[in-house]
Amino acid sequence: MSLLSSIAYRLNVDLIGKAVLRLSRRRSERALRRRGEPPGPLAPPLFCSPQLKELISRHYLRGRYANGHRPVAWVTSGGPIEHLQALGYFLIYPENHGAVCGIRRTAQELCQVAEEAGFSRDICSYARTDIGSVLSGRTPVGRLPRPDLLVCCTNICQTVLYWYQVLAYHFQVPLVLIDTPFLYRPAEPHAVSYVRQQIEEAIPVMERVARRPLSPARLERVLAESKQAVELWMQVLERGKARPSPILAFDEFIHMAPIVEMRGEPDTTAYYRVLLSELDRRVAAGVGALREERRRLIWDNLPIWYRVRPLSDYLASRGVALVASSYTNAWGELAPLMDPRQPLDSLARVYLHPILNRSTGDKLRTLSRMVQEYQASGVLLHSDRSCKPYSVGQMDQRERLGRELSVPALLLEADHNDPRSFSEEQVASRLEAFLEVVLS
Amino acid sequence: MNPREARALGIDVGSTTTKLCAVDGQGRRAWQAIEPTEPRIQEQARRMLAGALAAGVPPGLSLLATGYGRKLVPEARTALTEIGCHARGVHRELGRGGTLIDIGGQDTKVIAVGDDGKVQNFAMNDKCAAGTGRFLEVTAARLRVPLDQMAALALSAQEEVSISSTCTVFAESEIVSLIARGTEVPAIVRGLLRALVRRVGALARATGLRPPLMLSGGVARNEAVQRLLAEELGLSVTLPGEPQLMGAYGAALFALELQSQPPSGQSGMSSA
Ligand code: SF4
Repeated sequence: MSLLSSIAYRLNVDLIGKAVLRLSRRRSERALRRRGEPPGPLAPPLFCSPQLKELISRHYLRGRYANGHRPVAWVTSGGPIEHLQALGYFLIYPENHGAVCGIRRTAQELCQVAEEAGFSRDICSYARTDIGSVLSGRTPVGRLPRPDLLVCCTNICQTVLYWYQVLAYHFQVPLVLIDTPFLYRPAEPHAVSYVRQQIEEAIPVMERVARRPLSPARLERVLAESKQAVELWMQVLERGKARPSPILAFDEFIHMAPIVEMRGEPDTTAYYRVLLSELDRRVAAGVGALREERRRLIWDNLPIWYRVRPLSDYLASRGVALVASSYTNAWGELAPLMDPRQPLDSLARVYLHPILNRSTGDKLRTLSRMVQEYQASGVLLHSDRSCKPYSVGQMDQRERLGRELSVPALLLEADHNDPRSFSEEQVASRLEAFLEVVLS
Repeated sequence: MNPREARALGIDVGSTTTKLCAVDGQGRRAWQAIEPTEPRIQEQARRMLAGALAAGVPPGLSLLATGYGRKLVPEARTALTEIGCHARGVHRELGRGGTLIDIGGQDTKVIAVGDDGKVQNFAMNDKCAAGTGRFLEVTAARLRVPLDQMAALALSAQEEVSISSTCTVFAESEIVSLIARGTEVPAIVRGLLRALVRRVGALARATGLRPPLMLSGGVARNEAVQRLLAEELGLSVTLPGEPQLMGAYGAALFALELQSQPPSGQSGMSSA
């Protein structure tokens, strides 16, 4: 690590950046307060939103100056990060960055860069967005730090396996691979020990790249922090059970960024406390995210990042609240498996159990439970052209939700990041017909 | 049918044909018209409405629009999707709920209709044109067979070839090679209808079949499709009087109902 980089980091991030971001947060908070009740069917935005923006901006600002000051790892969204955090790594999640590109509408051009380099359009649009960004150096967040280490866990899909090999080849850095057997039934002890062993084997590599040894006490602290954040996140989501719901899945899609990429950090825990107490105040006052909540729906699969706003506005205009999603739920449901006193075993379990590593029947049970707990009258199943592991089984899930719970479900074909696989007219007409059913 | 008795109107602007239907105070069909859809939908709708007046339909009736072009009819007081309208029309015509299959020009819908005529659930074909009327149009054109002769040809076929592709584009190239091999046209036509019906059948099964099996939409008049679909799903097919008109008829029934209520706007996602 170089002295110059460290000075630049301290100056730009800790002094100037921090002050500027705080100032801009205060300005937005004042503006929010002054603005009062906006017209339209949506309640005013959450007051803590500027704080979220500050947190995320600071994260990417840190990233900008991280190289040379801190070791940097790029990690898959389901990757084990607690050891990395305990070793002081700065973490980049290419999938989260991909979502930022999707929201800012730059994903398509980045995908095209990857396609021109020979990557097929059938590959996940996150992978294409990331590879396009790496090849072109373009990103809406200023600059992404170069990785010193790549950590890839196959508990979400097999795409990441090849995607990270491309990254390892491009950056010429070590790649740690954690292979997680797919779970058709509850994890067998040998599966847990197989994953545990891989994490154990990864530690010396992480230490070598970071040039420091892992402190068990620090690991325990990170894990405890991480567990707390995940528990708080789950509570945030559960507030959606209130009628009217104080938060929409559309809000959660944005507020989930810290739980994915900063979950072992104290700032993240602090942020979710603030969010939770704001939601509690809303629930106590009977304030919903929609002024008039006529019906409640559940969302399945990734968001359509480039259409979040129009979709949210459209549903709001009809009084339909998206009160939960299996996607945001995935980052909360595993909290009970985390145990700071047994870091290796409990992490092995946690990283074996994401929704995408469990059977489609298990996903159906998760959806059915959510329908009941959140008192939803329908489910929107986003059939994501990119994410095959998430979309497989949705046809049957749709049919079984109808047959077993008498809950209609709609299959919406789109892609989470590539707008070329989205047909406005088709989606609009299906959604309209679905709402006629749900609202009748 | 007496146009002078008409009390409400429904218009169904589909991707292939536009249908206008008037109902009397009891919800019986009082007048109707069907035309191929033209590129200038507004003008066409206006002209068809004028035609209705000329035929004796009283002026100033409430109009409800449905179908792909439903938002392009300014005279309509409100718009609803075809799903609800087809269900409504068929339920009124046949007097019961069940599974309704509507094979339209661009969309195929399987609709679970409740005994009260309301839509309980529905499924639509995915983004491509496989399993829709367009599949038949394109393949018929490739074979140079007029669309309305497809059924007769298929029913007369002694043999049937298997068309493995339900993709419209790939099916076209399969046809080219079958013709090149000297396969009889009726056998190809029957194979094509079989491919279409398999696709629709899969969609229907995924929606949970509840008898009776009812058909609406333009393709429903095709006898070969009726027969093959019944074979595919193991259920007999029940048809309303004018399957093609059911969307417009349902729309007119809704318009009749809404007449006593104050107007309310419906906005689409793109206009939201
Ligand atoms: S395929 Fe799905 S799980 Fe895999 S990277 Fe893409 S979005 Fe994520």
